[in-house]
Amino acid sequence: MGFFHTLINGFEGGLKTDGLTPMQKLTLRAVVMGVLFYGLAALEGELMRMNAVAPGLFQESHYFSIMTVHPIVGIFGSTYLIVFGAFTFLVPYLMKKPLYSIKLGNWTWIAISVGATMSWFGGAIFHYAPLYTLYWPLPVDFEQFNPIGGLVFVLGIAIIMIGTLGFIYNIFATVFYTEEGHEKRPLKPLLLSALGIDGMLNIWYKMTGREPYSKEPAVSLPVVAIFRGTIDTFLDALVILTCGVLILVYIVGDLSGAAMDYTSVNALLYKNFFWWGLDLIADGLVLIYVAGTWYLLAMLITGKKLFMQNIARAALLLELIVSWMVWSHHLLGDQGQPNLMKLLSGEMVTAFELVTQGIAIFITLVTLWSAKPLVMDNRVKFLLAGIFGFMIAIPAAILQADMGLNRILHNTQWIMFTHVHTAILIGLTMTLYAAIYTLWPLLTNNIKLYSQKLANFHFWAHLIGALGMSFFMGMSAMDGALRRYIYVDGEYNFFMIMGALCGVLILLAWLAYLFNIIMSFGVKGLLGIYTPSKLDTKDLIPAQEV
Amino acid sequence: MEDSASVLWLLKLVYTIYVFAVMALMIWFAKGVSNPAGKPRIVKPATFYMYVGLLISVGVSIHIFTFNKIPWVETDFKRHTIEKDPSFDKSKQLFNIVVKQNKDKNSPNHGEQKFYLPQDRVNADGQLEIECGKYIVFDVVSEDLTYGFGLFRQDNTMVTQMQVVPGSRNDLMWQFHKNGTYHIQSTEYSGPKGGRHMKLTNAVVVKGCDVDDDRSMLGGK
Repeated sequence: MGFFHTLINGFEGGLKTDGLTPMQKLTLRAVVMGVLFYGLAALEGELMRMNAVAPGLFQESHYFSIMTVHPIVGIFGSTYLIVFGAFTFLVPYLMKKPLYSIKLGNWTWIAISVGATMSWFGGAIFHYAPLYTLYWPLPVDFEQFNPIGGLVFVLGIAIIMIGTLGFIYNIFATVFYTEEGHEKRPLKPLLLSALGIDGMLNIWYKMTGREPYSKEPAVSLPVVAIFRGTIDTFLDALVILTCGVLILVYIVGDLSGAAMDYTSVNALLYKNFFWWGLDLIADGLVLIYVAGTWYLLAMLITGKKLFMQNIARAALLLELIVSWMVWSHHLLGDQGQPNLMKLLSGEMVTAFELVTQGIAIFITLVTLWSAKPLVMDNRVKFLLAGIFGFMIAIPAAILQADMGLNRILHNTQWIMFTHVHTAILIGLTMTLYAAIYTLWPLLTNNIKLYSQKLANFHFWAHLIGALGMSFFMGMSAMDGALRRYIYVDGEYNFFMIMGALCGVLILLAWLAYLFNIIMSFGVKGLLGIYTPSKLDTKDLIPAQEV
Repeated sequence: MEDSASVLWLLKLVYTIYVFAVMALMIWFAKGVSNPAGKPRIVKPATFYMYVGLLISVGVSIHIFTFNKIPWVETDFKRHTIEKDPSFDKSKQLFNIVVKQNKDKNSPNHGEQKFYLPQDRVNADGQLEIECGKYIVFDVVSEDLTYGFGLFRQDNTMVTQMQVVPGSRNDLMWQFHKNGTYHIQSTEYSGPKGGRHMKLTNAVVVKGCDVDDDRSMLGGK
């Protein structure tokens, strides 16, 4: 079989898209688009690393616009699409009923893709660059930024958030609706279970010597995690939309010649509100979704029940509440923020993330351990790497969320690399790859992977690249290197060069992964997932595959 | 007395050891879980509860340890009380600094963002001169954007920082225990014309200590 034949038709016949259900196609569309956006984010990241080695590669306005769109493309364009795509498949799969609306599912990935592209244009063309933090009044500082760029950027974000609301509606509706021909599903047990309250009641009943409240929970544990995480996703979308509307009002005011006074918005209050919402991504839905994904993968890989599953259910509820109360750790350097809030919300409640995430790590590892020996396949090794990433990243955040250390670490590269990039590139991304490899047979009707060697290269190059970049940039932070800052006199050259080299590895890893997918699916198969399904069914997978 | 350099050195050491320990643990786990000769092992719930207890202890201990060992935490909590004490001499210990953007469209420096030191308080070299061991307050007012205010040594390591938010009081109290000359830099992004363009080189000088800050002496002395 020639190279070009495989490229066009896929490995051993490739992906037969005629045999894919609308649900399989929907999921694959979102995931493939997410993988492409990931490549764009990786490229942007590497361009920024290169600019750190050779300052002047980009104009400063261009450089900071790349920095502005990098997290938008990475978080929303890539992670949201992959996660939403996977969960849109998994919730009906685990609930054993069809997705509430396939049409809405398709609109969701389209809206997020269009929104992320639009925001990217706002930065790339107009150099709109207030960064993702949007500290007031920078997003409406038209002394520096073109309001048209702001308009394009903010509308892009708004479209992403509308797509996100579509996903949320679809997930909640799928959990609660009663499918045609099925006996009416009562709301109360579903709600209690989806919130994990049944897990808490089980623990309480056991402590008081009674029979368990619920022997068979109405909702499986991974769905509980998805449900809980989606509550944070909803609140986060509302906050970002509100800030977007506020910025939009000022942009429209400026464009219409009726510029408004930005001091009418209190910058510190805005910062509290914005971080409360934004932190629901970092400390809320990401941690909860990741914990849920680990639990699911551990159960699927081992075929066993989860270790301490009632505790896991209860811990997810605790994590949800913790995620609402931790935002002050972003304001430890703000002297106007009351010390009591810094102490309680910023330090103490934040420290509980060590506990909640630590519980998820322990439960997952013990569940895997209980089924040994396991084959070290792509699912297991990417899962272990994902857990490893969070084991490094979470303590880094707890240390930063300390009033003493924050005073000398805030806005250095410590938080950006030792925490954020370790959490995202190693913890989250490796977990997502583990999920993709686990869902692979279900989504592709079990086609073969083109090359295990490429998969191995992808694993090691990504892991070493991400770990190396986090290490070198973290070291520069402790020598004072600031994030969001261009050093032009070679101050941290060694660290910057090493960081850029590690970035090249990450980019190569992604290229290897993409190549492996293309060769496995074939170009025909890849394009075919974006054509309408020929199967008129709400089933997740074709009937003969069941 | 601890300073940021010694705290960060300790952090570097402790965290590097921690990362290597986690790597070793995961390698051990990966080998163990995939060992064909291995048998399923059940972990007792008691182990789990002990582990959770350990996590809680570590989470709380970090903050108790730093509160006791890092001197500026207590200073931060007590700064308003210290400032009200009669022994606090505002004419020597309080520095009012302004930061703003040039919004004059006719100016060649339009868009420039800059710190303005109190001109009546600078020495002949244009520096803020600080007495060793005294509580010093940097009270920085932003007239427009959100900035950062950071003090940096000659080798670029950070001494301290705070955010500078418009419409909010931004008062950082600090004690210096070593002689040295420090730069002022914004630690927060405020647009492409902020950041590195706002650096005030050698803007702060500390005198009168018995010890020199080796990392921040001009000419290495």
